[in-house]
Amino acid sequence: MNFDLRLPIGILFSLYGLLLTGYGALTNGDKEIYKRSLDININLIWGVVMLAFGAFMLLLAIRSRKAQAQVPPAAKSKVPTTTGV
Amino acid sequence: MHIQLSGIDYTILLVYFSFVIGIGWVLKRYMKGSSDFFLSGRSIPAWVTGLAFLSANLGAQEVIGMGASGAKYGIMTSHFYWVGAIPAMVFLAIFMMPFYYGSKARSVPEYLKMRFDEKTRGLNAISFAVMTVFSSGISMHALAKLLELLMGWDYNMCILLSAFIVLVYIFLGGLTSAIYNEVLQFFMIVLGFSPLVILALKNAGGWTALKAKLIPVATAQVIPGTVDSHYAAGTWTQSWAHMGSYNANPMGADWMTMVFGLGFVLSFGYWCTDFLVVQRAMAANSMSAARRTPLIAAVPKMLFPALVILPGMIAIALHFSQPEAGYFIPVDRDVIVKSIAAKQLAFTDTEHLTPDQTTALNNAKQDVSKLLKDPKAHPEIAAQAAQLEVDLRGDRKNLDYNLVIPSLLGHFLPVGLLGIGFTALMASFMSGMAGNVTAFNTVWTYDIYQSYLAPKKSDNHYLWMGRMATICGIVISIGCAYLASRFNNIMDMLQLVFGFVNAPLFATFLLGMFWRRTTGHGAFIGLLSGTLGAAIFHGLAYTNGAEVGIKGAWIAKQFLFNSEMGQNFTMAIVAWVSCFAVTIIVSLATTRTKTDKELTGLVYSLTPKPKKENEPWYQQPVTLGVIILAITLVLNIIFW
Repeated sequence: MNFDLRLPIGILFSLYGLLLTGYGALTNGDKEIYKRSLDININLIWGVVMLAFGAFMLLLAIRSRKAQAQVPPAAKSKVPTTTGV
Repeated sequence: MHIQLSGIDYTILLVYFSFVIGIGWVLKRYMKGSSDFFLSGRSIPAWVTGLAFLSANLGAQEVIGMGASGAKYGIMTSHFYWVGAIPAMVFLAIFMMPFYYGSKARSVPEYLKMRFDEKTRGLNAISFAVMTVFSSGISMHALAKLLELLMGWDYNMCILLSAFIVLVYIFLGGLTSAIYNEVLQFFMIVLGFSPLVILALKNAGGWTALKAKLIPVATAQVIPGTVDSHYAAGTWTQSWAHMGSYNANPMGADWMTMVFGLGFVLSFGYWCTDFLVVQRAMAANSMSAARRTPLIAAVPKMLFPALVILPGMIAIALHFSQPEAGYFIPVDRDVIVKSIAAKQLAFTDTEHLTPDQTTALNNAKQDVSKLLKDPKAHPEIAAQAAQLEVDLRGDRKNLDYNLVIPSLLGHFLPVGLLGIGFTALMASFMSGMAGNVTAFNTVWTYDIYQSYLAPKKSDNHYLWMGRMATICGIVISIGCAYLASRFNNIMDMLQLVFGFVNAPLFATFLLGMFWRRTTGHGAFIGLLSGTLGAAIFHGLAYTNGAEVGIKGAWIAKQFLFNSEMGQNFTMAIVAWVSCFAVTIIVSLATTRTKTDKELTGLVYSLTPKPKKENEPWYQQPVTLGVIILAITLVLNIIFW
């Protein structure tokens, strides 16, 4: 099947990462919001983590797409689409 | 307890739903025949089937239930993983997957038909189909009830909304859609719950401080059946040290019952024979990928206790040993309602009531819970409930352990991240449902419809049937959800019966796969005897204080257990042994109907060993399996 799941995963988590990072930056220093998370701006920190994860997935998806494009169509099915474990 | 979501949280939730439906939409054009719809055309790479294999089981019961058990039993809950799931998954990968995948069976019941006969398949297919729609209904009911309690959302709307989303994406993209969304959900759970665990653990002062705080939790609890013996200090933080006798730990099981009942019978039975999970591996794109599926799943699985059990342990520690943290496990809503109702009626002793008084109490309870649904309009009763919440939380019997995970989410995650955590929770409920629905539509279409009702139709017809089965399955599930909300006992009863049916299954598969002499009659009668054995044992076993009937002892009070869990583990052993013994006896007494040639590829000794494909060491199932078992052993020793 010619559908790389890493693409939607990458898009979704990059989007979430951007959302949280942005929101975290906007609300930085807001005591009321971050009272719950022990005065840690966890939105900002975790937003960056999610953004990094999303970007990594996108990178893998784009790399494998490029690799597939370079292989002649007949051999396409032989190209490994997995990244291992 | 009430969780308030803001705009950004709702945005996160909506984005997730649109992705889920979008994936189904994109996959629609790949669904050309029935095998695309039911088996994903056997074309999915191993890392995807592996994570879906894990995720399909990561439904509501898992996330909510493991958190609850973590609080109730402590780290001993990890036996479900380190003794139960992981060894079973390795066994499935190395020994059983070659038969499932190699035989080209399209479902687990179909394997039974190839290996044994039609009646064994029919028994398994029908009981499995009934079970899946009911489980998905129970999952839906649990989700709606939780959302009603936490968010104040309307029960009916929750049921319809979750059913609609699951229906759309499976209707469009079949099993592939379910699998892809399960992978999405896996990452949601990991990324949504990790910050929660980190924050909660930080609040408790780290692992060493947590261990210290769990000591009074253990030593304060009186062992059931004794006057004033208490659990040893490390009971909540040591997984093996207190398994010497069933009296020494809150699970009420000794190591023998645990290893055989939970590990060998229940876990192997579930992970190796339940089509819900096995179906994910069958969708893999090669034999080697199918065998790697459970192994890839095992790697995150062995670390999952940190994500789902540890929060429960932290919750109970904060509740009893660190009140200044301000986190408490919510008191069971039913206990609060009952106590307000009893006060209104001026009943002091609610244990011994006349039938009339019971009716009056139940009516008063209904009124009270109606009023509590709108606290703003009835401030007096809301204040009364809030006061009871504080007064009753000291007794651990009053706590609603199922709310451990949701209440931690609400307590620690700020607006923004709360949306992620909450979405992860909803995703797990829905994928639990979706897993059941895809397993149901396959078994219904291939094993019941095509086999008994309408054989020899065109492939397009079966694809159409699969989509219809998806709709019907979900509609029946909705019915079951409402049944569960009206008659709680019916659901308990059904789950009990499912337990009777499931417990002996692994004996049948073990004998079928490794002993060529096993016959169809043997398997069929063995399965029935196992179920009967379980039912009879259940009728004789009981725990102190549990009601007679649904919880056991409906024949006589014969065997006393300290906990329901110990009772269940022992029942599983009884079922397994009866099935194993009867299958052997009947097989020896009946003649074989299948020749060695027919059994090639279905029985171990008659199947050529899978030849080594040229794969690097880290992709070889046996090597991977040994590594995984070694790490699991180390984990067991660290947390001994």
